[in-house]
Amino acid sequence: MEWLKRNQVAAGSIVVLLVAAFIFHAVNENVATSMFKGAWFFAVPLVLGALTGVVGERSGVVNIGIEGQMLVAAFAAFFSAAASGSLVVGILVGMAAGIVMGAFLALTTVKGLMDQIIAGVVINIVATGLTSFFYRPGKVLSSNMPQWDIPLLSQIPLIGDVFFQTGPIALFALLSVPVVHFALFRTRWGLRTRSIGEYPSAADTAGIDVIRMRLVNVTIGGIFAGAAGAFLSMEATAGFERGMTAGRGFLALAILIFGGWRPLRVFAAALFFGFTNALASQLQGVINIPQQFITLLPYLLTLVVLAVAAGRVRAPGAVGQPFVKGEGS
Amino acid sequence: MADPRDEPSGADHGAVTTQPTTEATPPPVVPERGAPPPPTGVLGLLVREQSIIVPLVAVVAALAIGAVLIRAQGVNPTFAYETLFKYSFLTADGLQGTFEKMVPLILCGLAVVIPLRVGLFNIGAQGQLMAGAIAAAATAHAVREAPGVVVAIVAMVAGILAGAMWASIAGALKATRGVHEVISTIMLNSIAAGLIDYLVNGPLKDPSSAYPASFPAPEASRFVPLGVVPIGLPIALVLALAVAWMLRRTTLGFQFETIGRNRHAASYAGIKLSGMIVLAMAIAGGLAGLAGSVEYLGIDPYRYQDGIAGSLGFDGITIALLARSSPLGTIPAALLVGALRAGSSNLMFNTGIQPEIVDMLLAITLLLVSLPIIAKLIFRRHTAKSSALATSWGS
Repeated sequence: MEWLKRNQVAAGSIVVLLVAAFIFHAVNENVATSMFKGAWFFAVPLVLGALTGVVGERSGVVNIGIEGQMLVAAFAAFFSAAASGSLVVGILVGMAAGIVMGAFLALTTVKGLMDQIIAGVVINIVATGLTSFFYRPGKVLSSNMPQWDIPLLSQIPLIGDVFFQTGPIALFALLSVPVVHFALFRTRWGLRTRSIGEYPSAADTAGIDVIRMRLVNVTIGGIFAGAAGAFLSMEATAGFERGMTAGRGFLALAILIFGGWRPLRVFAAALFFGFTNALASQLQGVINIPQQFITLLPYLLTLVVLAVAAGRVRAPGAVGQPFVKGEGS
Repeated sequence: MADPRDEPSGADHGAVTTQPTTEATPPPVVPERGAPPPPTGVLGLLVREQSIIVPLVAVVAALAIGAVLIRAQGVNPTFAYETLFKYSFLTADGLQGTFEKMVPLILCGLAVVIPLRVGLFNIGAQGQLMAGAIAAAATAHAVREAPGVVVAIVAMVAGILAGAMWASIAGALKATRGVHEVISTIMLNSIAAGLIDYLVNGPLKDPSSAYPASFPAPEASRFVPLGVVPIGLPIALVLALAVAWMLRRTTLGFQFETIGRNRHAASYAGIKLSGMIVLAMAIAGGLAGLAGSVEYLGIDPYRYQDGIAGSLGFDGITIALLARSSPLGTIPAALLVGALRAGSSNLMFNTGIQPEIVDMLLAITLLLVSLPIIAKLIFRRHTAKSSALATSWGS
């Protein structure tokens, strides 16, 4: 009740949106289901990528390299799955690749004090070089990703169709959001993480090892970008192409900002992106819009959203600034 | 190595007393215990010239790592590098190819260097180049009846304007709404690609072409190379000199430099930040746009078609960082990158190594040159503070 009072707008808009969605569902079941399915499908890698960003930026490290993390993970996941014949191996290797890339970012920026923006851009370019050099065409997965029907939950009209008849990585994304949100705002780890991102020298005074915690968080945060990469090359499609992330890492960053660095809002923002995209493709059949304009809509939307959201949301206080013990800011 | 240099107070009270080791540069106090005195002789020369030495070491190290990769493909690395560089520098075709690549590479390098000096990281040279090229193609077709010189000039001006406009969108978003330029320029790259894909499939498509491409540049307006030197090369070299002069000798350059070093101080000194941000991006975009129009007018097939931009814009980032954000440094950096790019297909032909080896080599070079580790390994405590490439402002 207390929560409802404080979050009237949020709760109200959730109810309104759900009602709207179900009315739409009642009017035209097939179109509604396919559009919302499409929206979530588009949103999965964005949610995961943005979670990597949440963990990193809440600890005070900007991560422009999510795109590169995702690309390397997509590459590693697909080719290890193709070579080993096991999807599980593929997913695990993808996540591990995300972690390795996260560790690289952490070491260069937190330990090496390299500029965080430059480090991120370097990660992206290195990822492109690496994956396009080692790419070999003609590999296939031995089997497709399974589609799971979650018992009971998948029976819910609309919501069950969209969220609970799904592949494993999409389910992982769905579960990660509340877990990260809870961890960030309700656990000791979360409080410490937010404090080192907000005011590291105060956290340092309070006895928190800022450097170590940033290293660990940025590294572990890579797991989500890794999963996003595995989703792209194994679940969304079964194949790897050069540059297949196509800017999704940057969309994830925009969503991170749009969602105010809070996992639940990030989830809502990603769904909004996904829905806009699905709506545009749906409209294409009705009005005559060139295909290219549909493709570039998410990028345009990112610019608009960032221009609107900037100034309304507040970034973690110390994001982007390296921490040097004893050089209080 | 980025230290929070835009905090005015942090710079001085921290540096002298508490900063641990590594930076033994300016303070005229007694060196800390264990810090060696400034070296003299050969080592002193090396320490003073480290902005040249670090990139050189990075390139050599990248070529060494590349040698391992080439070896892993079953080719003798010495033979591969010999083939590549012999073709790029010692054959007429190859040398012309190298020079042709150098032109857009220098311009794109400059398009990254100028914003870096202001503290902005322009990773949208790619989109700005594409915008310039398509604008050149559109205007050249519109005025195709005019004499060749006029067509060429109109196309180049249109390219410059289009690139400048495209980049200043990112500048304006940064200046007025605080949108981070790295995200906005990347998005603008994708938007440019989408729009142009529409244009060359629709309004600007040459019906006589089998694949989506714009109308060709009129014969008379095409650039004819002087021997092996394309006309664009002197233009690019002159512009590199002009940018160096602008940054070092003019009020505008001083203002850019001041903002890049400390934007609070710059703002306090009466420099209009927002105007300067847009202007810096516009100049950068203009240079990249010019690169696009020169590609259109000077390179066979003299049309806008898919892949005209290659990865020139992204190579510009590598070049700017290799050049340590010095405008003149872009020239040797572009020579190296151009030679690698020009020689890559020949390498494929002779040894079967994929041309993507060049992407890999450049990525490793970029990685090594931007990591502060090399400078630290070589120079230990004499590492110059300027080994920080640039500090861009947070979001």
